[in-house]
Amino acid sequence: MELDPLLLSRLQFAFVVSFHAIFPVFTIGLASYIAVLHGLFYKTDNPAWDRLAMFWTRVFAVVFGMGVVSGIVMSFQFGTNWSNFSLAAANFLGPMLSYEVVTAFFLEAAFLGVLLFGRGKVPEGVHLFAAIMVAVGTFISSFWILSANSWMQTPAGVELIDGSFRVTAWGEAIFNPSFGWRFAHMVMASFLTGGFVVAGVSAWYLLIRRDVEANRKALSMCLWLLLVLTPAQALVGDFHGLNTLEHQPTKVAAMEGNWETRGNVPLLLFAWPDKQAQANRFEIGIPSLASVILKHDPSGVVPGISEAPPEEQPPVAIVFWAFRIMVAIGFLMIAVALTGLWLRRGGRVYEHRGYLQLLRVMTVTPFLAVLAGWFVTETGRAPWLVYGMMTHAEGLTPSLTGGMALFTLVGYVAVYAVVFWAGVYYLTRVVRNGMLPEDEHAAVDGEVERPMRPLSAAHTPFEQDAAPTWRR
Amino acid sequence: MEMFDLSLIWAVIIGFGVIMYVLMDGFDLGVGILFPFAPDEAARDVMMNSVAPVWDGNETWLVLGGAGLLGAFPLVYSVFLPALYIGVFLMLAGLIFRGIAFEFRFKSRRNRHWWNRAFCWGSAVAAFAQGVVVGAYIQGFAVEEFVYVGGAMDWLTPFTVLTGLGLMAGYALLGATWLIMKSEGHVQAWAYRITPPLLAAVLVVFLIISLWTPFVDPAVWARWFDHIQLIWILPGLALLCAVVVFRSVQRRSEGLPFVATLGLYIFTYLGLVVSKWPVIVPPNYTIWDAASAPESQLFLLIGVLFVIPIVLAYTAWTYWVFRGKVKVGEGYH
Repeated sequence: MELDPLLLSRLQFAFVVSFHAIFPVFTIGLASYIAVLHGLFYKTDNPAWDRLAMFWTRVFAVVFGMGVVSGIVMSFQFGTNWSNFSLAAANFLGPMLSYEVVTAFFLEAAFLGVLLFGRGKVPEGVHLFAAIMVAVGTFISSFWILSANSWMQTPAGVELIDGSFRVTAWGEAIFNPSFGWRFAHMVMASFLTGGFVVAGVSAWYLLIRRDVEANRKALSMCLWLLLVLTPAQALVGDFHGLNTLEHQPTKVAAMEGNWETRGNVPLLLFAWPDKQAQANRFEIGIPSLASVILKHDPSGVVPGISEAPPEEQPPVAIVFWAFRIMVAIGFLMIAVALTGLWLRRGGRVYEHRGYLQLLRVMTVTPFLAVLAGWFVTETGRAPWLVYGMMTHAEGLTPSLTGGMALFTLVGYVAVYAVVFWAGVYYLTRVVRNGMLPEDEHAAVDGEVERPMRPLSAAHTPFEQDAAPTWRR
Repeated sequence: MEMFDLSLIWAVIIGFGVIMYVLMDGFDLGVGILFPFAPDEAARDVMMNSVAPVWDGNETWLVLGGAGLLGAFPLVYSVFLPALYIGVFLMLAGLIFRGIAFEFRFKSRRNRHWWNRAFCWGSAVAAFAQGVVVGAYIQGFAVEEFVYVGGAMDWLTPFTVLTGLGLMAGYALLGATWLIMKSEGHVQAWAYRITPPLLAAVLVVFLIISLWTPFVDPAVWARWFDHIQLIWILPGLALLCAVVVFRSVQRRSEGLPFVATLGLYIFTYLGLVVSKWPVIVPPNYTIWDAASAPESQLFLLIGVLFVIPIVLAYTAWTYWVFRGKVKVGEGYH
């Protein structure tokens, strides 16, 4: 069997970036939540906020650390597997990615240490300021990365000279046409991720009746936030989709499973897109609804996939189904948030075991939705690496063989399996250890605390038997 | 006309980053390589605690260097990484295991021996892979029209294996002299004992590499032997540093062995730089061929000039806070 370096490299990049993405998407939302908790404590002096802030900062430390480790690999992927692309796009992507690194280092050196280890050592106001700056820093970091990604989706401000991109207008390149909505959509996804994880963990604490007062506050806060954010995200997602329709019509056509350019396009609930036949098998849909959504008119004409020749079409089935998974999870989230509002009458929301169990399970859904969303936007762009300008095949490392790509793909899967196992196992230990008072945590180990080693802030032993039993 | 030669400025920045990385991550990788040979578990605790406060900051330079190369000299990035494909993977895997082991060893009791192994093997593999990168750089790359056209295993030759082992020995020596400075009692006595044989090994390997290099790359031969030049002072100074290391270990100095070892590497590194200058992707491409567009170099330079002083200040502050000896049992009771 012939091993295809292009396919293997794409699989490898998808695997590495998917694995990496779940950490920052959580930390961005969590950083803001921690800043809010610090703000509430600063304002009200209620110790419950302080305990919540301390607990979630420990979780933040572990997840941030995992994100840093998995991120190192990302910065080398471009060169190892996509060297032609790196060389061609370096004039723009090099500074973007470097600025992300620069932001991250500045953030870690200046503020992360104060947030993680500064409690009781710096004035409360300074601690609050550090928490806010860490949250701001996570936004700036994602700003650079999403700008780079958006530029690959909707390139602007560059000129292709002798096979390499020269930046002619930095402003246009950085704030390219799809950047704004993508950034908004992603920031809200991060908030939703943080919101559902905090809600799920708080629900679990309420189920086992630990730290009831603080966790009721946390849950209530999250549910208000989710009530606003879940429908708002649907709205922002819609605008992002309209933006995509303008700049990448083939991608939207694949999302809708619409092969021909026509009016009265149905919204398909189920279909099996068949690229060979250039048509769907087994369609079930709501008549004209896709036209209404995309053109605000039942007879609105929507471009079809067949506008692009077959070799320039994305893998339609993946885009189609990933999009449905994302949207389905989005509606589920809205329903859960509304149910929470309804259960608030008489305070049942903190007692209803079925609902609390549901929130526990919901913890994984934002991660699935985020990954599904990225699969839509990234595979929906295929075969283009830089949309309309450079294909995946053109960007691939010429010297790369299928064997080499397979070797590292298997290798990264193995390495990440170990890292992920250790990290998630340890994270559950941190959560189980819960909201111990600070002095009991400090007694667990006396290791050196460093801001660039965020895990050193977690202070939870790795094995069960070494742990002080947590209190109920 | 450009007012400044941006490529030259960037070459200095990247060159500075590389030597900072080699010196600083070098000693903590070296401590990892020496890990299995430590006299006992208490000594291992001391070894790990001695680098725990600083190793993370040390690796900052690797990430900054990688991103900076893409921004300033994309040709280096797009030739070295494909050419060293397998080696880069091994290095990253090694560094990841090592970093994770670092965190979890502190938090483990029963499973500590597994994290010990991950720490040692991760460090050894990463050090070897970095040595191979140096060797491959000296050898040069098969590049046509700015694209690497060589095979997957071109990087693995007797010469690069030698440079890989050489860098492992070099890092181990840095680690040993670091421990002399940072430890006391039986740990320090052990570090004193292993330093002279390590130094001998390093000198032998460096000597073989130095004699071999002019045959690997004729341009290097021309640079050193065509006419007597000032650059011969560099190997001279490196040798002087080696003598100082040896003498200061005999006299049981505590700080001087480490400082002199740093000097040994700085002069060896400068020797390598002058051998190749201004070629950055051997054998044919200079820093100006490999450069990105001037507006890109300038755009990035602003940010980097802003952050480098902060990283340096942070680094200096860290070393200052954690100065002094690490004692047995410290940090665990």
